[in-house]
Amino acid sequence: MEWEVVIGLEIHAQLATKSKIFSGAATAYGAEANTQACAVDLGLPGVLPVFNEEALRMAVKFGLAIDAEIGHRSVFDRKNYFYPDLPKGYQTTQLHHPIVGKGHIEIELEDGSTRIINVTRAHLEEDAGKSVHEGFNGMTGIDLNRAGTPLIEIVSEPEMRNAKEAAAYFRKMHSIVTYLGICDGDLSQGSMRCDCNVSLRPKGQQEFGTRTEIKNVNSFRNVERAIEAEIERQMDILEDGGKIVQETRLYDADKNETRAMRSKEVANDYRYFPCPDLLPVIIDDEYVNNVRATLPELPTSKRERFVNDHGLSPVDAAVLASDRDLAHYFETAAKLVNDYKLAANWVQGDVSAALNRLEVSINELPVSAQQLGRILSLIKDNTLNNGGAKEVFTAMADGKGDDSLECIDTLVDSMGLKQVSDSGAIEAIVDQVLTDNPKLVEGYLATPEDKRAKAIGPFIGLTRKAAKGVNPQVVMDVLKKKLSELG
Amino acid sequence: MALDQQQVRDIADLARLQLDDNQITEYQKNLSNILDLVDQLSAVDTSAVEPLAHPLDAVQRLRADEVSESNQREHFQQCAPQTENGYYLVPRVVE
Repeated sequence: MEWEVVIGLEIHAQLATKSKIFSGAATAYGAEANTQACAVDLGLPGVLPVFNEEALRMAVKFGLAIDAEIGHRSVFDRKNYFYPDLPKGYQTTQLHHPIVGKGHIEIELEDGSTRIINVTRAHLEEDAGKSVHEGFNGMTGIDLNRAGTPLIEIVSEPEMRNAKEAAAYFRKMHSIVTYLGICDGDLSQGSMRCDCNVSLRPKGQQEFGTRTEIKNVNSFRNVERAIEAEIERQMDILEDGGKIVQETRLYDADKNETRAMRSKEVANDYRYFPCPDLLPVIIDDEYVNNVRATLPELPTSKRERFVNDHGLSPVDAAVLASDRDLAHYFETAAKLVNDYKLAANWVQGDVSAALNRLEVSINELPVSAQQLGRILSLIKDNTLNNGGAKEVFTAMADGKGDDSLECIDTLVDSMGLKQVSDSGAIEAIVDQVLTDNPKLVEGYLATPEDKRAKAIGPFIGLTRKAAKGVNPQVVMDVLKKKLSELG
Repeated sequence: MALDQQQVRDIADLARLQLDDNQITEYQKNLSNILDLVDQLSAVDTSAVEPLAHPLDAVQRLRADEVSESNQREHFQQCAPQTENGYYLVPRVVE
């Protein structure tokens, strides 16, 4: 039977506020256990939550970025369950009146095509603490530093049809929240986590099949792999005539399989009710418009601008626009050299290679965007050829240079990379090469006319070796002229 | 609306309450009475009434995003049954 895959994602993104959503404790990552857990976070009796205005502003910003309806009146609810890392016995979240309503984003697929994916809603809630099961002599250690960190939970419509689309959606959301500066996007620290709802149905069938939920997947690659593994598992069961059990599963990246997490005898009953400690949050149009005025250019508009105004291919544009800092670097250099395509090739080629090799982020690269712009300008005005430019760039990436633009000129001089375009000077070098290599010249002259284009190669190599930075086009012209004079 | 005994057991379980059979019967009666009262309230037509969040129509106040709490771990952990290396210890939880 042919099956259709149905995927919906719930993404939790930690908001980059300084303090918690309902208390004045710090949210900084990596602090010693429980040093950032105050009386409110601990759920001690007699405390009251006070809502962090920055968390509200960030959520509204997100809503506007995905063209969503903003809830002018949103309400906090209590979701009740017992777990040691949730000391209050409930999570404060939003059930019926979320801050962000229906919206949508555009995802980019590998072939450069795009698709709209609708977002059902996004709501504010608090994160729980962390449980550590190892190292406490059979007990569990609880660290409540994370408890009360503001989260925005973004719920998609079940509109994705394969694992690649789901990964593209997660990537795009990552790109949007980091562009907005509302989440640091650090997946390795759990700043963004993804729950994947997966089900299968016979192609053509309207109603959804039974779904499972893969909890807490924390990388783009694992979203794709976990969903693929789960699709395969479900398909095997269904093909054998079995039934899918609705359950929560975990992805084991080492074994590349999902396994059931917990089966509850009693169905989850969170007994939601409006939080009596928090009043409805009311915002007006003026507030929303003020936030709207602070929106930066977002990845989709940037990508379209790169394609429409600067002639980049959709795939190149999508890659460059996906990361805010990379896009900024690229565009700064591109503007300086006034050549977006040249800059795009460099950023995706040598710059990306250097980032991988040095294992640094774009902001830590020793070659600044201004410096790259300068190097590329030197290619444009024929001071450097492409090879010479690569050598300067690599030298600077490896730390030979400083923050100045002048250091580029110094390096070009000291490395002897300045391109020689003066044909008189090149003629002298070529003459020397021809004199020094009589056997090669003999061989060349013995080569039939139609094979000479290839036979000229060694001379070019020798000339460029003799003088780095010679303009290859001029070398070619001079060599052809000189050799034809010889016969 | 009358609750059956199993529903009372489920509710007790969710609330982590241990009840014996006598108490189950007692809670079954009491909780059912409360639900009957709610049923009476539900009978009133409230379709034209705005839900009331606060008697004075107050709305949520906001707090500036500033760190105002300092580390008081030692103080808070004095009332914890067991701690180690700054962690609160609880009976092992395995997922």
